[in-house]
Amino acid sequence: MNHTLVCLFATAGFDKSAQGLLGAAERLAAATEGRVTALLLGPGAGRLAQDIAPLAATVLVAEGGAWSDPQPEACLDAITRVCREIAPRAVLFSSDTWSQEMAPRLAHRLGGTAVGDAIALEVRDGVICATRQVYGGKAQAVIALRRSPGVAWLRARSFAPATPGAPGEIRDLGFEPGAVAHIRVVERLADATGQVRLEDARIIVAGGRGIGGAEPFQQELARLAEVLGGQIAATRAACDAGWVPALLQVGTTGKKVAPELYLAVALSGASQHTAGISDARNIAAINTDPEAPIFKHCSFGLVGDYRQVVPLLRERLAALCK
Amino acid sequence: MNILVCLKQILDPEVPARDFRIDPVRRQAERGAANLVTNIFCENALETALQFRDGPGVGSRITVLTCGPASADDTLRKAIAMKADAAVRIQEEACPDPLAVAQVLAAAARKLGGFDLILVGREAGDWGAGQVGGLLAEELGLPCVAFVDRLEVCEGGLRVRRQTDTGAEVLELRSAAVLTITNDEHNVPRIPKIRDVMMSGRQPITTWTRGDLGLEGPLAAGYSEVLELFIPVSDRRCEFVAGETLAEQVDALARRVAEVVGAV
Repeated sequence: MNHTLVCLFATAGFDKSAQGLLGAAERLAAATEGRVTALLLGPGAGRLAQDIAPLAATVLVAEGGAWSDPQPEACLDAITRVCREIAPRAVLFSSDTWSQEMAPRLAHRLGGTAVGDAIALEVRDGVICATRQVYGGKAQAVIALRRSPGVAWLRARSFAPATPGAPGEIRDLGFEPGAVAHIRVVERLADATGQVRLEDARIIVAGGRGIGGAEPFQQELARLAEVLGGQIAATRAACDAGWVPALLQVGTTGKKVAPELYLAVALSGASQHTAGISDARNIAAINTDPEAPIFKHCSFGLVGDYRQVVPLLRERLAALCK
Repeated sequence: MNILVCLKQILDPEVPARDFRIDPVRRQAERGAANLVTNIFCENALETALQFRDGPGVGSRITVLTCGPASADDTLRKAIAMKADAAVRIQEEACPDPLAVAQVLAAAARKLGGFDLILVGREAGDWGAGQVGGLLAEELGLPCVAFVDRLEVCEGGLRVRRQTDTGAEVLELRSAAVLTITNDEHNVPRIPKIRDVMMSGRQPITTWTRGDLGLEGPLAAGYSEVLELFIPVSDRRCEFVAGETLAEQVDALARRVAEVVGAV
């Protein structure tokens, strides 16, 4: 049986990323005449299993006991063990930090090939191939995963969700994680912004170098985002200047986002930034320079000084969104 | 501590999209007039090591290592100017296969020997595979922590902070490890002093071939293969909102925004 194994760290729940991951798995399993097995690790796995059962033939749950405090090295060992048992053709991960840390290592242990940040998967002549952005989003490449299994972490929100079917079997993983003494997570620090993950935001108002300081970010952009029920993000230049925390950075060196609306304010649209927004449904921009590269990515825009535009826009939107 | 920092020289990622060309047959970017620079995350890794040596890890020795053609000596010279202690280059042409690169780096790390800590950039600004750190860890049988942005000492080992999607995690290490380093406001690479840049030209760079490392055969490891490389065409056309005055334009913009977000 050509298993497609999906590995999920359960804390984020059945978010858009998890939905896309299962969708990608469903289609890859169909293309390889196999079936989907999901491995859910850590607190929340049992609850998540209920959402995922209609989308997978088998759901393995690693929760409770020592799984309440999952350690990355132990999780990698457990995933490796499952793979050695079921010999999957493909292993799919989301693009969170743990997944990115583990996918290449898993591939190495299994004698397979890993690929990262895939935006499309296909099977060509029996070989799993992934499309991904390269050169900071200026180009795309199709990469053949020459060794099996193919291990991919996906820009999962780029993938359509799966179609629910008859619920698959939910089983306990059946073993405890191994003890890890030499390397341990000792503290988990929640993001201080108190917002939804940027990757899951529906509306994003982003600012760049042209914003000019920390104060206008708060005074103008954060308030505009608030009116729209969205959140703020920034370019690398604005983060490096210390105007906003690095966690809000979008682009090659930051987050890859996929909102319904990405409103780009006073940012030029360098490719290293736009590489992070290629999955946005709508991109709009406010910029003083009509030749700014950001407009090439926009469906609509306004040429003007944000200091004049944003206060007016906020007022108009507050009236419209009532 | 004995620290190894792996560096990669890449095509300047700041080249604007309008000047960026690819050779679809050789499946790589054309250099054109672009500069070659050190990958930013690699510089973040070096800066993290330098700060560690300046502070909690005083007395540490920092070796920089790269796998690339002769031009990559510039990356090593800059690292020396930033005050790395020793530099090694493995003579290779640029290679997009992360396993092949990891195997070369691992062989060099073994030949150099005795590292307590190996730092690499989280990913490179060219192919951006984001795999060399993890593969290198497996080649050397070491644990790996990805997306690290802080490095401190704690009782019996090291304490590192790494970025996650929802915030951060602090890990304690009590063995040698590979860390992949990401950018943070604390590890912005320092600018070397002019005098140190001048002096760096006189420092020796050890150059080895794959043969010196005991590696045989071609570089590609049969791991992954670039089948196609292309520049995607965007069908998006920006519609500039209409209006005689700024107020009218903003009004039109507000309506479009409200439409898109489903408010009206």
